[in-house]
Amino acid sequence: MTRLSLTINGKPVEFDADESRTLAHFLRYDLGLTGTKIGCEEAECGICTVLVDGTPVDSCVYPAFKAAGREITTIEGLANGHLHPLQAHFIKHGAVQCGFCTPGLIMTSCALLNENPAPTKDEIKHALKDTFCRCTGYSSVTNAIQSAAAEMRGDAPVPVNEPSVDEPMDVVSRSVEPQEVREKVTGAAKFTDDYVFDGMAFARTLRSPYPHAKILSIDTAKARAFPGVLSVMTHADVPGENLHGLVYRDWPVLCDTVVRYVGDAVAILAAETQEIADAALKLIEVRYEPLPVVADPKYAHSPDAPVLHPNHPTGNLLKHIKVRHGDIEAGFAEADVVVEHEYRTPTTEHAFLEPECAIGIPAGYQDYDKLTVFVGSQIPYQDRDQIAKAMNLGQEDVRVIGTLIGGGFGGKEDIAGQIHVAMLASALKRPVKMLYTRQESLIFHPKRHATIIRIKTGAKRDGRLTAIEAELYGDGGAYASLSDKVMTRATTHATGPYVVPNAKIDCYAMYTNNTPSGAFRGFGVTQSAFAVEQNMDMVAQALDMDPIELRRINAQRVGVTTATGQLLRESVGLLETIDDVQRDMRAHHADEGFKWGWTTGTKAYGWGLACAYKNTGLGGGAPDKSEAEVEAFEDGTFEVRTAAADMGQGIAHVVAQMAAEELHVPYERVKVLLCDTDLTPNGGPTTASRQTYVTGNAARLAAGALRQAMSQTAAEMVDHAPETVRYEEGLMRFDDVRLDYGSVAQWMKQHGVQPRAKYEYWAPKTAPLGTGGDMHVAFSYATQAALVEVDLETGEVHVLKVVSSTDIGRAINPLMLQGQIEGGIVMALGNCLTESFILEEGVPWSRFLGRYKMPSIKHAPEIISHLVEHRAADGPYGAKGVGEIPSINTTPAICNAITNATGVRIYAIPVDQDALLRAMKKGERAVTTAWHDVR
Amino acid sequence: MKLWEKYFTPASVDEATALLVQFAGGARIVAGGTDLLVEAKASEHEPFQALIDITRIPEMTSIRADDAYVYIGGGVTHTEIVKSPLVLAHAICLAESCGVIGGPQVRNVATLGGNVAHALPAGDGTTSLVALDAEAEVIFQGTRSWMPLAALFRGPGVSLLNPTRDLLIGFRFHKLGAGAGTAFERIMRPQGVALPVLSCAVWVSLDGAAFGEVRACIAPNGPVPTRLTPVEKLLAGQPVSEDVIASACALARETVTVRTSKYRATSEYRVEMADVLLRRTLHQACARAGLAVPA
Ligand SMILES: Cc1cc2nc3c(=O)[nH]c(=O)nc-3n(C[C@H](O)[C@H](O)[C@H](O)COP(=O)(O)OP(=O)(O)OC[C@H]3O[C@@H](n4cnc5c(N)ncnc54)[C@H](O)[C@@H]3O)c2cc1C
Ligand code: FES
Ligand code: FES
Repeated sequence: MTRLSLTINGKPVEFDADESRTLAHFLRYDLGLTGTKIGCEEAECGICTVLVDGTPVDSCVYPAFKAAGREITTIEGLANGHLHPLQAHFIKHGAVQCGFCTPGLIMTSCALLNENPAPTKDEIKHALKDTFCRCTGYSSVTNAIQSAAAEMRGDAPVPVNEPSVDEPMDVVSRSVEPQEVREKVTGAAKFTDDYVFDGMAFARTLRSPYPHAKILSIDTAKARAFPGVLSVMTHADVPGENLHGLVYRDWPVLCDTVVRYVGDAVAILAAETQEIADAALKLIEVRYEPLPVVADPKYAHSPDAPVLHPNHPTGNLLKHIKVRHGDIEAGFAEADVVVEHEYRTPTTEHAFLEPECAIGIPAGYQDYDKLTVFVGSQIPYQDRDQIAKAMNLGQEDVRVIGTLIGGGFGGKEDIAGQIHVAMLASALKRPVKMLYTRQESLIFHPKRHATIIRIKTGAKRDGRLTAIEAELYGDGGAYASLSDKVMTRATTHATGPYVVPNAKIDCYAMYTNNTPSGAFRGFGVTQSAFAVEQNMDMVAQALDMDPIELRRINAQRVGVTTATGQLLRESVGLLETIDDVQRDMRAHHADEGFKWGWTTGTKAYGWGLACAYKNTGLGGGAPDKSEAEVEAFEDGTFEVRTAAADMGQGIAHVVAQMAAEELHVPYERVKVLLCDTDLTPNGGPTTASRQTYVTGNAARLAAGALRQAMSQTAAEMVDHAPETVRYEEGLMRFDDVRLDYGSVAQWMKQHGVQPRAKYEYWAPKTAPLGTGGDMHVAFSYATQAALVEVDLETGEVHVLKVVSSTDIGRAINPLMLQGQIEGGIVMALGNCLTESFILEEGVPWSRFLGRYKMPSIKHAPEIISHLVEHRAADGPYGAKGVGEIPSINTTPAICNAITNATGVRIYAIPVDQDALLRAMKKGERAVTTAWHDVR
Repeated sequence: MKLWEKYFTPASVDEATALLVQFAGGARIVAGGTDLLVEAKASEHEPFQALIDITRIPEMTSIRADDAYVYIGGGVTHTEIVKSPLVLAHAICLAESCGVIGGPQVRNVATLGGNVAHALPAGDGTTSLVALDAEAEVIFQGTRSWMPLAALFRGPGVSLLNPTRDLLIGFRFHKLGAGAGTAFERIMRPQGVALPVLSCAVWVSLDGAAFGEVRACIAPNGPVPTRLTPVEKLLAGQPVSEDVIASACALARETVTVRTSKYRATSEYRVEMADVLLRRTLHQACARAGLAVPA
């Protein structure tokens, strides 16, 4: 240890530190200043930014001793007594979702404003180029920075860009402040890695370097003997069933005889320090015998491919999913034009900015009476179930406490370190933390399915679609995860949001030795929409019809039946979303008349449009229920409790708003407790855009029940008829007598009644695919148009503008909902232009964040978004899901725009400027390869 | 993961070299660490016994000029270069190239010395230094001397200098005379690693309405950064015109040895970009030298 002297947030600090510390580790782990986050340790993401003598640096690659004598400012040093204007305006403009990136964004912006009190949008883009946010899409961030700058200059702040909504209520449809947002902007918010427990040990996982291999032996002796190592465990140490999995239990907790992908867990260890754990991991000796690798889903389907899961009844075919509707042959016989093409989409990565982390606490430690796991998970109750099975414990013997989640997008549904920390903590009788490095997170967790989609669309001369035939191959990777569900959604949505009288769709979800695939925002529909919506444009072209007109003719509307046999009875706002977008596209060309494509000098421009729909809720016959509990306290506040995960999308404020609305109290009086399996009832998985609808309803109904009970009591207290109650200014009123909720709660408690209500909400029953009934409770609809610029000399593609309109039933929180839409669009822009998780014969090339580019603020287009609110009768206040719909049609909209600009069609993503330029030079009309094909 | 054991911040070149000698190969020079530490982590390198941080050595962290030369210390950051009035006046191409490296957080610590010492075939700062015909001051095998920049490159990622024993102290290049101009531009792709698909720096000195001397560097073009000598020769003495530039670009297409590199670019695309970039930078440099290329 060496004495390190420096100034931190204005205070001199003297600390005996290890010379090998990075500044980020020194701040977080030596000084406990956990507001500074770590996302990659590669100088890529920028969220670890702190100021050194006023200059922003990535603290993850900045040696602590390089800072000797310097003045460091961290997020904790910004607010002195009151929020810094940046902090206040980030809140005001809705620029905080999961909040994991927020300290980095604010610190980088702070340095910018110190130098430049009035930055333009371009200057902000320049300064924030390498400070990433995966949630917001950056528009709100830019507004927040300009607004804060204005305030600091003494000018009028930038108005909040709040979307207009129909019939705002008292709390619902108002842009209230999200829960815990103040903690997020000040660095006080706690994510899993920010928790510290006395005596905590540090764990690591040894992972397979082979995509497919037999394990011959595992020798842990050297690692065990390493000083400071506390425990090394293998499959032999799993107390219960050595399997987990959300749909099929096919994934070993620790591999015993065979490994099926690079990243499969083989052994775990815990040590006194993180550094010892890192070093000892290399001492575990595993002998493997490599086996032939199944790297391609089509090969997986061939008879020569080795069978990866011998117990699976259909071999490598994880699931064959079919849609049959009408008479496909008659449909094509009727068609005047038929368009058929093959499309490819790559494996993609969620790149949530917070890598996975779990902490296990043994039963008997301090006040923890049972085995407890802290984790930022999307499905706490299923985690509990899976931990219990592997630990050979009853469900009631395990507690899962959900922490804040630094982004999920579907990537935090499967088990990561939850079971491993439970095993180590139980064995050691000490808390154990397992934090994944970014590089480990990249290779470990399930991704978006790579797909090969062949789709044939038939239409009559008048534009009516007659038939769609499609074949989809989905690369499910080594374990099932949610492949079955995801690929089902890709299949059932493969008609697009249109009336298609005849359909035959076959999807093959395959096991391979690639990284497992699972849930990822858009849930398979992102892939099928890429194909469907480009075929639509080509049908329009073949018919010499405007692509918008073609979509209008075929658009789903109330009264039509989907290809899975669902009669749409209500809430189909697709046509209105088309209207909105078309209006804005025209307005863009107010002076000279609308055109789809044009060229100016060496730049080609084009508009492209695409529509989408996405189910709300699990559907397909799966029982979909959620429970919520609302309690009143004597101080007049309330708490809503439910185990629904908030990964930044905002279910916490959604349920609080609904409860406040039902209770007729101000939003500020309602707090939310999420995701503690001992304290919060089961909200079900946070997936399938279901939480607003299902858990929203549970919270709404629980709050309604509590209000009823409390009004009843109040009526008794004042001796009035209960039905005469009125609710005013957060009070109950009977004629002239006013009662506050707090005193009613007190009275109830004194009389032995708990002032709380619980509601178990069951979403309307759905029917399984193939039975012809209603597969889903509701669908959200969206139309988007993208304006692109293509450099004719270099092939570079820039998205200048995206116009979007989304039917979400009702906007519960308009500003935060807009944030979901903007974030979804930018994420989908990444899907189209920048992202591909590359595997070479099963070995990930994209094993560093430096090799996986997600969109930065530089890529963020201008976004105009409209809301359409076609109420869903059973949705809470008419709301339906919004989480996924925005990230579905951006990709085909951009690709259609590229075609309209250049005449070249894109059949594979991410768009390769190299291939696009070559195609343009040679006058070719199609690009069938993507970036990862450049070899 | 521990990447190093001891950390030193010497205050002079002598102190730094003494530490290198003391550790006899076990210590490593570090500047911004944006290459070194990121790569050490990626390759799970055994921890260095010591890191010797050269960014507190005054003579290595200043930008200055005398009558003939501009001098830039090896430990000067890209941000300092971008903001330096001397660099903007005499080598705007260098400001342009250092200005596109990473984001602000990287540029605030990463150095020109680190960029050159890393010896990549297309380090952005390096490309402009080549066009500026820069020289490097080094301590090589114990001896301090100036050498042509080109002498430092031995192969992709292989420098003449051994960063556990030698030191790159700084650079110098001639001040920009009247009627001269420079420019840098590069093509990136939005996917994959942050290395240019192709970049190009030019230095042009005009002789009335004709090209006088021209220096150009396209990178990556072969294993080490090199000048486009045939193109430079073609241009010298020719009138500044679209036609002459077009013939220079045509020659560049033929003479560059650009290969297809995985997940970066095809050779075919790079040939196209050599043409585009050379044309764009020549136009820009001529304009800066005071002559817009006649159409
Ligand atoms: C996110 C990101 C984006 C990047 N983008 C680009 C880009 O666009 N273009 C580009 O060219 N580079 C890029 N880089 C690479 C890198 O930032 C630059 O090459 C930078 O100039 C390296 O400087 P440094 O001071 O950080 O070097 P260091 O990492 O400190 O050192 C690099 C190497 O040089 C040696 N060394 C350093 N200084 C000296 C010296 N004075 N004498 C002898 N040896 C020395 C070190 O031992 C090491 O081997 C990027 C890096 C990151 C992390
Ligand atoms: S840049 Fe430091 S954690 Fe990502
Ligand atoms: S709010 Fe920016 S990453 Fe989540």
